Amino acid sequence: MTNTIMLDPTAELNPVEKQILPRLESLAGATVGLLDISKPRGKEFLDEVEKYLVEMGATVKRYMKPTFARVAPNELNQKISIECDAVIEGLAD
Amino acid sequence: MRHSLKNSSKNKFTVVIKKDCPTCLLIEPVLNELVASYQDKISVYVQDDPAFPSSINNKIDDTSLEFSYRNQIEIVPTLICSNSEQEIARTVGWDKSEWQQLTGLSNLGTNLVDFKPGCGSKSQDPGMEEQLAARFDSEKLSARKIELADSEDEIEACFDRGWSDGLPVVPPTSLRVMRMLKGTKRAPDEIIGNIPPDNLPCTIEKVAINAVMAGCKSEFFPTVLASVEAALQDKFCMHGLLCTTYFSGPVMVVNGPVIKRIGMNCGVNALGQGNRANATIGRALQLLIRNVGGGVPGGIDRAVMGNPGKYTYCFAEDESDEDWATLAQDRGFERSDSVVNLFAGEGLQPIVDQQSRNPESLAKNIANSLRSVVNSKLYGLADAILVVCPEHRRVLKQGGWTKADLRQALIENLMTPGADIIRGAQGIAEGMPEKFKNKTMNKFREDGLHITSTGGKAGMFSAIISGWVASGEKGSQLVSQKIQ
Repeated sequence: MTNTIMLDPTAELNPVEKQILPRLESLAGATVGLLDISKPRGKEFLDEVEKYLVEMGATVKRYMKPTFARVAPNELNQKISIECDAVIEGLAD
Repeated sequence: MRHSLKNSSKNKFTVVIKKDCPTCLLIEPVLNELVASYQDKISVYVQDDPAFPSSINNKIDDTSLEFSYRNQIEIVPTLICSNSEQEIARTVGWDKSEWQQLTGLSNLGTNLVDFKPGCGSKSQDPGMEEQLAARFDSEKLSARKIELADSEDEIEACFDRGWSDGLPVVPPTSLRVMRMLKGTKRAPDEIIGNIPPDNLPCTIEKVAINAVMAGCKSEFFPTVLASVEAALQDKFCMHGLLCTTYFSGPVMVVNGPVIKRIGMNCGVNALGQGNRANATIGRALQLLIRNVGGGVPGGIDRAVMGNPGKYTYCFAEDESDEDWATLAQDRGFERSDSVVNLFAGEGLQPIVDQQSRNPESLAKNIANSLRSVVNSKLYGLADAILVVCPEHRRVLKQGGWTKADLRQALIENLMTPGADIIRGAQGIAEGMPEKFKNKTMNKFREDGLHITSTGGKAGMFSAIISGWVASGEKGSQLVSQKIQ
């Protein structure tokens, strides 16, 4: 089956691709979430990342997915989006 | 069609047939005679079964219906006679003398009946023409095409891209847009105007795309186009209306024969939910302003609260009483004209009157309610539409009053001493500036009070649609646009 093709209803000023949110201009004063996806050694890796972020003036909040095998629960995504200006998802292994 | 065909030896012939047509089956021997006489100068296109007719070798498979679509075949069989440049004649069905004349073969089909009508071409099956248009004519559409990923849900994809007013939209596929464009004779690439607030040029095609998303049927499309043209009238001030911190948005009142043609609601719950035309025509304008104009809430739309009518606010006038002048007639149109009136307004304020049995009492009561438009101490600021319910219309008629009489009585009842409404009067800081203290003021500026009528037959409840605080020449005035 071919994919659906839709006609752009806009004045076509923006690119076709979905746009990412505007990037932070500076980390100073920003709250950055570190999301541990629950893989082994994730904590050690993110501890190191946190040190650098704090040096750059960011406030860090830590979060953890219940399991790496599933996407993060909605509640967790909402909590991070409310509490943080940016998030870094910490892979491991 | 009777033509004398000169130089017939240079002519080519094309026949379009389908197996599922008794007339096409009947003329198989005729096709054989034509092939015997003209060999490679005859082409036989078959719409349904490429193996039919078995006696003809070089028939052409038109199961895609591209040839039939491009050549506007309506009936099978169709016989087309062309010279080296263009079609010169065609005949449909089996008409022996016409076929003989067109082909120049006087003995063609002599054993057959003289006449047998054909069947509908497959390219004319219900809904097929738009499908074929989307397949073979989509180059006529110039909007950017956006292919969704496998995992994307069509409706969620529209939300994700910011194309929605918050409710699901109908995904604007080429087929749906082509269907919408069937509602007008205007070319898809015609520019209808620059849509505020970004003032970007907008084609008929872009209007069609947004009308599809709003849920319109193609028969609503001329009304949508008129609403866009109304919104683009300078007097309407769509840009300012969109940017205001005030509640207002476009309110659409439709008049004329189009109401019954497209099934708009001008009866029970006329301003409420439930009627597709009312709901989607008003929504189409709002989506167009959002998507083409870039008018997004929280962006350039700075309304403090907005109002629910900014999803859609569109209704039709009850024109069942010939003695009641319609809003369009008040604006200089004929009763036979179909018209979109556009007003910058919001909400609905009820006027309950179950006791008045004469027009004088009713007019006084309505005038009292009209004082509260925007603020009971602010005069000449906002226009209003008074929506008279059928039962109140009956009270007026039984008392011998026309709409003009009602308007005159309202103006008289709305004259107010400036001292009562200046700032500080009644212990309220808000009000008219001090300079009006010794003047007599009318609630509405000249041409600021519009009167229409709609609603169910039972219930003595009229209503006010309050206007934008920037009404009049400094802001927005009611505009009317004839539907083509």
